[in-house]
Amino acid sequence: MSRFKAHTVLPGFNLALGFTVLYLSLIVLIPLSSLFFKTAELGFGGFWDVVTSDRVVASLRVTFVTSFIAAGINAFFGIIVAWVLIRYTFPGKRIIDALVDLPFALPTAVAGITLATIYAPNGLIGQYFAAHDIKIAYTPIGIVVALTFIGLPFVVRTVQPVLVDVEAEVEEAAASLGAGRWDVFRRIIFPAIFPAVLAGFAMALARAIGEYGSVIFIAGNMPYISEIAPLLIVAKLEQYDYAGATAIAIAMLVISFALLLFINGLQWWSSRKGGR
Amino acid sequence: MSAQHIKRRISTQESPLVTVTLIAIALVFMALFLVLPLVTVFIEAFAKGWDLYWTALKEPVAWEAIKLTFIAAGIAVPANLVFGVSAAWAIAKFDFKGKSLLITLIDLPFAVSPVVSGLVFVLLFGAQGWFGHWLQAHDIRLIFAVPGIVLATIFVTFPFIARQLIPLMQAQGKEEEEAAVSLGASGWQTFWRVTLPNIKWGLLYGVILCNARAMGEFGAVSVVSGHIRGLTNTMPLHVEILYNEYNFVAAFSVASLLALLAVVTLIVKSTVEWQAKRSGDILH
Repeated sequence: MSRFKAHTVLPGFNLALGFTVLYLSLIVLIPLSSLFFKTAELGFGGFWDVVTSDRVVASLRVTFVTSFIAAGINAFFGIIVAWVLIRYTFPGKRIIDALVDLPFALPTAVAGITLATIYAPNGLIGQYFAAHDIKIAYTPIGIVVALTFIGLPFVVRTVQPVLVDVEAEVEEAAASLGAGRWDVFRRIIFPAIFPAVLAGFAMALARAIGEYGSVIFIAGNMPYISEIAPLLIVAKLEQYDYAGATAIAIAMLVISFALLLFINGLQWWSSRKGGR
Repeated sequence: MSAQHIKRRISTQESPLVTVTLIAIALVFMALFLVLPLVTVFIEAFAKGWDLYWTALKEPVAWEAIKLTFIAAGIAVPANLVFGVSAAWAIAKFDFKGKSLLITLIDLPFAVSPVVSGLVFVLLFGAQGWFGHWLQAHDIRLIFAVPGIVLATIFVTFPFIARQLIPLMQAQGKEEEEAAVSLGASGWQTFWRVTLPNIKWGLLYGVILCNARAMGEFGAVSVVSGHIRGLTNTMPLHVEILYNEYNFVAAFSVASLLALLAVVTLIVKSTVEWQAKRSGDILH
């Protein structure tokens, strides 16, 4: 006998689930499904032509390469920041810890114009690079800077709780067996935090791929060089090429959804491995 | 014994040199990517003095943008709050089929680019959209108008409160509510007197994050707004227009209000985290 819902004395199931499914459908599912219907108008051939055109391929490449580099930078520095915040004490630590979430709280447009100002050839930091003939703003390097800012909290916040849980006894045992600190980190701590690092990396990557607001001000938006895929969607919309815009959106959505599945798979894998 | 103790402590710590180096790397990275941008917003805003700062903020168009931002957040946050509570009630207090699929679907807006979040509403309600003809025939404007901005804002902030409440209420279980109901409390009484006090920190946490995103959203709102000054411009969109007109002082003046909002968000968030830790709640 299979029933949809197990018995309980609590009321409100039908109302709560009914409203949840209705609201989810109206706000998220029906609007998102319009993407697939719009692309269906193009047919597979038309869809393929759009997403394999030179400019679209170039924008997807720029988007994914810069997102990967930024997520990698965040993974590396995220481990160090999380480590320092958990293991050491120093003045101002609580403020620094709170500040990690700034990219979640600061509107992306504000981040965009600020980073563009700082890294412009006459900007606070940009001028030192400009003196060595390196341009940061208005090049793909600028995109990486913006995406690094946007993705900064993810790895720190996924690694912190795991780092707290690494048991001191294991580290002590390793040390008493003659392992140096680097060995302990490499053999014991890193494998423990690795799933969290990967999850944080994937989240930062997913966020970076879709990012628009902070990038467009600093990117320079040169077709084939520093034009990101979300900007190309907006460009196509402004030319009333709705089907073309949708085709690019579908390509991005499929990749993002694959990443979401990947993250969930990683969490499942790491929780199984950790036995929690 | 004490010598052994000292030895053990040292063997699980890094040398002072490594410690200082790691702290220095972390602080320089944070200073470069977080502190410097935050400070720069205010430096640029006041670059030409207080007078120009106030002039930029006193502009009627700036006021309209501020008003619209508050309207959008004022509708999106309560709507997603009601949704979050009802989704968490259904998911945490009952067992049913398809629960994990439902949880995954709730997270979906986080996986969608902000630009695409705006695009879907253009496809539905735009002139060439599914409902485009019907809306035009009845003289209703959703896209390039305030309702579109509100819808896009609701979409991008959709998961925030639900994903705070679901794990929190799942961890709390349902014994307390079941006890209240078997003692004769009604469903609403149980919710207001038992559930709500238990989830208040998680709820507040979700509301703060939801509000910050709602007020700061750029990409999705940009696609549906049409950038009509004084009518469909939110604060982030107003910042963009001013910046693209090379009116940097005015752009950073409006941006400084948003940066202030971010700072207040971080302070309230830390306070809530501290309170939640005291009462043993989990926050995500």
